[in-house]
Amino acid sequence: MDMHPKKRIEIILEAPAIHRLTAALETAGVTGYSILPVLGGRGSTGTWSRDGLVGGAGQMVMLICITDAGRVDAVLDHVMRLLSRQIGIVTVGDVAVVRGERF
Amino acid sequence: MSGLDLALANLTSPMVLFFVLGFAAALARSDLTVPEAIAKALALYLMLAIGFKGGVEIHKTGIDSRMLGAIAAGALLSAAIPLIGYGLLRLTTRLSAIDAAAVAAHYGSISIVTFVAGTEAVRLAGWPFEGYLVAVAAIMETPAIMVALLLARRAAPDRRGEPVGALLREIGLNGSIVMLIGSFIIGAITGPKGLVMIDPFIGAPFRGILCLFLLDMGLVAGRGLREGGKLLSLPVVAFGLYMPLISAGLAALFCLVLPLSPGGAALLITLSASASYIAVPAAMRLALPEARPAIYLTLSLAVTFPFNLTLGLPFYLFLAARVSGGA
Repeated sequence: MDMHPKKRIEIILEAPAIHRLTAALETAGVTGYSILPVLGGRGSTGTWSRDGLVGGAGQMVMLICITDAGRVDAVLDHVMRLLSRQIGIVTVGDVAVVRGERF
Repeated sequence: MSGLDLALANLTSPMVLFFVLGFAAALARSDLTVPEAIAKALALYLMLAIGFKGGVEIHKTGIDSRMLGAIAAGALLSAAIPLIGYGLLRLTTRLSAIDAAAVAAHYGSISIVTFVAGTEAVRLAGWPFEGYLVAVAAIMETPAIMVALLLARRAAPDRRGEPVGALLREIGLNGSIVMLIGSFIIGAITGPKGLVMIDPFIGAPFRGILCLFLLDMGLVAGRGLREGGKLLSLPVVAFGLYMPLISAGLAALFCLVLPLSPGGAALLITLSASASYIAVPAAMRLALPEARPAIYLTLSLAVTFPFNLTLGLPFYLFLAARVSGGA
């Protein structure tokens, strides 16, 4: 089967800023993404759990998008303009996809 | 009722005792939890019930100058309290200007759960209250945030500010406010007839559901104190305890001139003394992301909210009885 090399960008971000992030991605030309809830975790201020929060301010969400390697820098420029002041983690990894024309 | 009677009645009410149970369970590291979706549904129920009942009262009395006066007073209090809070924080703690502005915003804005608990404490004392206090609660959410943003921009003029219009829209369309105001309007349209239709849903079950919600709030506050308490210095914790009393005192001065019943005065004082932990933290994450949520959220939720619920409410009722001519 033909596989196509792509880049997978994973962003864990505080929930209140997610709409701003998706707007930034759309501006950067990202055609699709998925958002997942983060159930809990541990950071510099201790552990947290989604069940233990009131309101969405302390929650984190994960956004995953697959994009072409040539577009990664432009996407990260847009993302970091927003994320430089927010709580979050950005990682970029190599993946292979089956339907390369979709990303 | 004497101050002691009020305190005893409040501390031995099932609502407060369920809160204490949740708080103690969290501190003891029990695995007791209320699932997030259920907690959200409980919060929506409480907003619906309190908003609707307030609207029904407005249907009976209509919109008048007393209501407009109380709304104006609420907005003024919400804008003034952060200025006092910011000044005190800068004077007594080592918090940065940004952190102080964020904390101050929480104390100028309101906690709708404290308000709901306040309505129950007022009912327990046998005092009626003005239905339009629900509208006052909704109005008091926002001015504090705007004042805090101005304070933060003054402290760091070169920082990149968020567009205020977009932020206001996000605060104004906050789910709990939409539910509260929406239910208030529906209650005002349908009046007592509408109340008869849904009373089996929002009447008798209200206190039991409030117990379950406050159990969850106790768990959340206890966990917050366990995880974030060590980040709070003593002067910051002290602020979380004395600031509600200063805000209550300021609101009591307004109650001297507002034509509020003792129940209404108690609720305006409670609103002023409460600190937000839902709408303002979300707004601060967008508008002042440099401010540390571990400070403002822990202080508001794990220090001020338990204080208000247990010791604050009876004091605010006591204060209201004095400034509004007794009950």
